[in-house]
Parts: sequence; C-alpha cells; structure tokens
Amino acid sequence: MAALLVSKITEKSRSGIRAAETYTEELTMSKSDQALDDANVAYDKRRKLKQRIIFALFRGAAAVNGFALLVIIYFMVANGWRAISWEFLTQPPMESMTKGGILPCIVGTLCLSLGAIIAAMPIGIASAIYLNEYARPGKMVRLIRLGINNLAGVPSVVFGLFGLAFFVVILKMGVSIAAGALTLGAMSLPVIIGTTEEALKSVPDTYREASLGLGATKWQTIWRVVLPSALPGILTGAILGISRAAGETAPIMFTGAVFFTPRLPTSIFNEVMALPYHIYVLATAGTEIEKTRHLQYGTALVLIALVLGMNLVAILWRTRLRKRLK
Amino acid sequence: MEPEYKMSSENLDFHYGDFKALHNVSIYFKPCEVTALIGPSGCGKSTFLRCLNRMNDLIPISRVAGKVTLDGDDIYASAVDVAMLRRKVGMVFQKPNPFPKSIFDNVAYGLWVNGIKDKAFVRERVEESLKQAAIWDEVKDRLQDTALGLSGGQQQRLCIARALAVKPEVVLMDEPASALDPIATQKIEELIHRLKETYTIIIVTHNMQQAARVSDVTAFFYLGKLIEVGDTDTIFTRPKKKQTEDYITGRFG
Repeated sequence: MAALLVSKITEKSRSGIRAAETYTEELTMSKSDQALDDANVAYDKRRKLKQRIIFALFRGAAAVNGFALLVIIYFMVANGWRAISWEFLTQPPMESMTKGGILPCIVGTLCLSLGAIIAAMPIGIASAIYLNEYARPGKMVRLIRLGINNLAGVPSVVFGLFGLAFFVVILKMGVSIAAGALTLGAMSLPVIIGTTEEALKSVPDTYREASLGLGATKWQTIWRVVLPSALPGILTGAILGISRAAGETAPIMFTGAVFFTPRLPTSIFNEVMALPYHIYVLATAGTEIEKTRHLQYGTALVLIALVLGMNLVAILWRTRLRKRLK
Repeated sequence: MEPEYKMSSENLDFHYGDFKALHNVSIYFKPCEVTALIGPSGCGKSTFLRCLNRMNDLIPISRVAGKVTLDGDDIYASAVDVAMLRRKVGMVFQKPNPFPKSIFDNVAYGLWVNGIKDKAFVRERVEESLKQAAIWDEVKDRLQDTALGLSGGQQQRLCIARALAVKPEVVLMDEPASALDPIATQKIEELIHRLKETYTIIIVTHNMQQAARVSDVTAFFYLGKLIEVGDTDTIFTRPKKKQTEDYITGRFG
C-alpha cells in the first residue's frame, strides 16, 4: 500500500517535473526566439549595409571606366580642337611638319586598317570555324589554342620586328602598306579568333541539329545556319580587334609607316604616313616639339575619333543585323 | 527474316565514353506504324532514337556496336552517306527549334540543302508540307515573317513541316509535345495520327497517356535495356513484365 502510494507520489512528482521541464523548455525557447529576432534585426541591418557598401564599390569600379574614357576624350578635345580645321584634315604636313595638315596620315591609317581587315578576317574566321566546328578535341587543338593565346600576349613591338624580318625583308615587300597591314593583321588575329569562337559558341546547338537532321552537310550547316547567326558577333569582334590595332605604333614603325611622305599611296607597295606614328614623331623626334604641341593633340583627336568611329560602326552594324535575325 | 520492316536495330549497344547507355537493344519497326518509346528519365530512349539517324555521331566520345537497318541496309556501314540517311530519317526535336529565318525559308531549307533550286517546285512543296503539318491556314499570309514570331505550338508544327518537306520515310520525334500546352499537344497528336498513313513514326514520350493515344506499338526502356515491346493495347492492359507494369501504373519513374 505504502509502496503504491510512494510510487504514485513519485509518479505525480515526475509528471510535475516533466511539466516543469516542458514549461521551462517553452520559456527558453521563446526566450531564444526573442534573442534570435533581436539578433536578426541587427544582423539584417548589418548585412543590408554590407550589400550597399559592396554594390557602391562595384558601381564605382564600373564608373571609373566611363570616367576614364570621358577624361581622355575631354583632354584631347580641350587641347586639340583648335588644331582641327578643314585645312588640317585635307593638307599634307608643311614646313618640317610644324604647319599644314595630316591628310597622308589619315589615308595611311585607313589603308593599313582596311588591309589588316582584308588579311586577318578570313584567316581568323576560318581558324575559329575549324577550332569550334570541325576539330575534334585533342592534343592538336590544345596546342593550336595555346599558340593563339600566346600570340595574344606577344608585345606589339615584337610583332613589328617580326613584320620587319618576315614581310619586309624575307618576302621583299619593303616598307609598305602590304607589310604594315599584314603585321597589324597578325597582331589582331587572336582577338578575331577569340571573338569569332565566342560568337560561334553562342549559336544554339539546336540549330545545328535541326540542319543536320534535314540532310544538310556540316559545311552547309555552317554556311547557311551557323555563320548567319554568328555574323553580328563576328563582325563586331573583327572591327574591334582591328580598331585596337589601328592605333598601334610599334607594329607599323618598321613595316609600313614612314617619318614623312607628302604623297598619297597609289599602290599597296607604297610606304605611308600613319596617325599613331605621326604623333610619336611629332612628340619625340621633331626639331620643335613645343611648337607642334597643338598639332600633336589634333592628330591624337583625329585618331581617337577614327577608332571610336570604327567601334560605333561595329555596334550599329551589329544592332541592325540582330534586328534582322529576330 | 520477317518481311516488311522499315527499320530495325539488332543487338545495339551504345557507349558514352565509359558509360554504357544501351544494352543489346533489338527492335523492329513496321512501315506506317507509330511506335512509342517510353521509360523513366535516363533510360536511354532518346539515345536510342538518336541512334536511328546517327545524330549521336555528333558526340565525340560516343561508340556504337550492333546493327541498325533501314530497308534492310546497315546505316552504320562505312559507305553510308550520313546526310542522305538523315534526309530519309527525319527528326523533330523536343524543343521547337526553327531557324532564325522566315517561315518559308525554314520549310524550304531542307530542299535547298538537298540541291533543289526550282523555285516553283520549292514553293509548291513548302505549301504542301505546311498543309500536311496543319499550320498552312495560320501562316499562309505571312510566309516571309520570321518563324521566331510564332507561338511554341506553331513553331513545333512548323518544325514538323520542315521535316516533312524533304519527304522522309521515317520521322523520329523526341518528346515533340513536352514543351507545349495541352491544346498545342492535342494538335500535334492529331497530326501524328494523320501522318502515319504516309510515314513510319517513332516517338519518344514521357507522357504515358500520349503513348497510349498515338501509338500502335509501345516499347518500354529501363536502365538502357529494352524491357518489353508489343501492341500498345497489350502493353497498357496486360504487360508481361513486372517492371513494365510498375512503370505504367505509376509505381516508379
């Protein structure tokens, strides 16, 4: 009997303990929930602040790009606009290049760029098509890619020396538009191949499958479906690559451009003046550097306008082609 | 050999690199019949379908063993012109994939790449194909508009028209309605019903009701093996294998 009572009491107290346990558990739970909420509010504030700071930094980084371009353009325009005149754009340099214009340089740079496009685009696009569409992945392809990537890292002056040794001397082209354009073209090849490959990769495989599934050959598929879709990307890439090269001095100073020649080229084997080289000459090698300061800025302004103009054409062209595809 | 098989596979193995995706698949397709390939994801049914027009050739690490025949001839024989094979064994893909060209050019494409230049003939064939694919009335006034402006269901019927334009003998369909809404799906299914008068159709589908509705023969794949093949009615009412029954009653997959 007593034993029973004891056991009942213990039973009761046990349940009491259990109840108390549950209660304290609830209590601590709600307490910790409260703590969690408090922590959350603070934490939430902190992480949102963190996000704001980081995005502000990123925004700043992005703005630096635009700012840099604006500063460069402002600097060029502010210093160079006085030099720009009809005469400046249509006359050759005169009186030991302290007066006159830069027409031969403009024509020379246009010829070199156009030649570089004609030389590099077919080779670059063909290489990219081979690498992306035909070649089976393997050692050979990896080797070629390695070569292309390294070509992109070769300093421009080395391209200049290569052009001098190979095109000018070995192939006997002399210092000429042909040699200069080929050197510039070689330099822009990695860019053209890279952007073309990107453009080809962005063409969905479903297009290729659909075409092959209809009995088209691989080449028909590439020519009729893949290339038209990739064309906007390819053209912009090519033009951007060339416009980058068009502003280079080192590759052309031994191969295509000369210090001074008043006459305009009549053949691709003529030597020419070129804008970047002309700036270099005026700024470093002239007899009266200070006196030609405004001409230097003017020439730089024309060069920048030419390059930006080429880029603008590329962008407009791409937009138009894309619209037609849609 | 039993007569009148349009296509067959005999002891077909398929490897992706080290992974064996198909084990010893043997199946025969009669002309002017619809065969549905069903099975859970990854069972190899799409891989099998793509073996039938050598679409898997595009995957560098793939390897095929065994035999696939079209009209009795081995399509993996070295003398076979793959482009010619694919003209005879056309394909409709899971996602509608019209070219970014005009509606007309999409359908005419297969004719052009096969060397047909006669403009009147091409125009006639384009119209005929669009009519066969039951989309002519919807597009006849805007053949020069881009195909990308069509709805998903219309795009898929356009892709069917495009496949039909080169007069294939077999049409492979890889889940042709899985990206479409029920109404567009119904249109595709009605289309399949009409097309089987002319073509041998092999269709992969995830949707068992669809398999039951459109096919004469159903083949059940599981883990790269062909488990069971037979009349669609039999497969869906009295399957012989337990795995088939489990799958069609929804116990797995």
